[in-house]
Amino acid sequence: MLLDVGGINTYYGTSHILQDVSFSVDSGEVVALLGRNGVGKTTTLRSVMGLTPPRDGTVRLQDQELRGLAAHAISRLGVAYMPDDLRIFPDLTCEENLQIAAKLSPRTGYWNQERVEELFPVLADRRRQKGLNMSGGEKKMLSMGRALMSNPQLILMDEPSEGLAPLVVRALAGSIMEIRSHGVTILLADQNLKFCRQVCDRGYIIEKGRIVHQGTMEDIWGNEAVVKKYLAL
Amino acid sequence: MLQSIVHVCLAGLSQGMFIWLVASGLTLIFGVLGVLNFAHGSFYMLGAYFCFMVLRALGENFWWGLLLGPVCVAAVGYLVERFFLRRVYGLELPYQLLLTFAFVLLFDDLVKIFWGAASIGTPPAPGLADSIMILGRRFPSYNLFVIAVGPLLALGLWGLLEKTWAGRIIRASSSDREMASALGVKVPTLFTAVFVFGTWLGALGGGLAVPYLGLLTPGMGEQIIIEAFVVAVIGGLGSLKGAFLGALVIGLLSAFGTRFLPTFDMFLTFILMAGVLLWRPQGFFGEAR
Repeated sequence: MLLDVGGINTYYGTSHILQDVSFSVDSGEVVALLGRNGVGKTTTLRSVMGLTPPRDGTVRLQDQELRGLAAHAISRLGVAYMPDDLRIFPDLTCEENLQIAAKLSPRTGYWNQERVEELFPVLADRRRQKGLNMSGGEKKMLSMGRALMSNPQLILMDEPSEGLAPLVVRALAGSIMEIRSHGVTILLADQNLKFCRQVCDRGYIIEKGRIVHQGTMEDIWGNEAVVKKYLAL
Repeated sequence: MLQSIVHVCLAGLSQGMFIWLVASGLTLIFGVLGVLNFAHGSFYMLGAYFCFMVLRALGENFWWGLLLGPVCVAAVGYLVERFFLRRVYGLELPYQLLLTFAFVLLFDDLVKIFWGAASIGTPPAPGLADSIMILGRRFPSYNLFVIAVGPLLALGLWGLLEKTWAGRIIRASSSDREMASALGVKVPTLFTAVFVFGTWLGALGGGLAVPYLGLLTPGMGEQIIIEAFVVAVIGGLGSLKGAFLGALVIGLLSAFGTRFLPTFDMFLTFILMAGVLLWRPQGFFGEAR
């Protein structure tokens, strides 16, 4: 077990967002958090990353308890975060956005600038461009590339397929399979069930801050009642 | 006439460089930490007094004072950030202003207790005590030195922020603290480091002012912090480029005001600030919010 989340409760101020959420991700797996807007998918990822720390419960990465650690410490243990709004540093160039992650990470491994640019060739053409001036699609690749540059064990991806044309989503699925083939474990939150079926092994469905269903992606895909109740828009 | 204008320009430039030294630290701290540090003028004052104390202790040599004085003040800055300011980052602006203003009063009184309320005369800088002829009139060579130090420091700061990884990490953290922390930046430590460095810049300004002013007075930080605030507003809060150009403009404007419109000296400065606030509230180089 790489990531084991047990009974976490997370609050924003006084509102109780995550209620007793438990799930796990095995090493090498790609796992989806599914659910409609505002059910707590982002909060779950932020809870693991230490950005919105849970009040109780456990978040274990292998044998290390993450709850109570600051985000920078969690990052150094090998967890990377790709937020839904991408958060590219506007004032740094594309290349600097990639390199900063490597400079800040104590970890080494397969991923470096050359390998990331092989995966996303457009980033090689944009090296000197400021983050500010990059398109939405380029920023998405850069945000994913930046996460890889720290050579993480686990990447948390928030809405990777959001806002992309169907053809681009297909290419993205290919990139995620490629990332996975190099031993990176992925936990992603997304609303695109078709995309998740392509790239994920298992999924957890969240509704109003609770996990209401879990299973393999094929199970979820085939369970019309569940899809209709929790995922249909 | 030409002689007069050149000398007014030189006086304005040297005055502007002191404002720049104070405004640079103020701007850096605001840009990264988001705190408007009223006490920054006090660090300028402490820089001057500590420089004086060190030069007294080490045989009247100003250069030792300039080297070691600001370092001592940076240590004071460390204590202020680590044990006080850090507690109010999460609170609203008025709390931060109140706390830093409390430090202004505290440091003023501490200076009076340790060095007395009266002004203290200071010796000139060894090697730069003379003046040189410029267009048939004498100009203090120390002031020329100050005019050279300002742009060098600006260049150094620019190089640090644009060309080193420490600088890139500072810029990244100032634009997005949370994402920086998710990438491994220990933000509280970075904040302390930037605050200490900004404090050192202000204290360096104070140290450099020792031979320039020839007099140390408790409360000498207040005049300069007001000018530095004006400069920071005109240049755009958080923009070092803006602070540098703003300091030049204010220095020159105030020198010409003193020479040609003595009654309206400070008035010109504030008219300019009011104009900038009306027409471009974010300042020359600030980002619109």
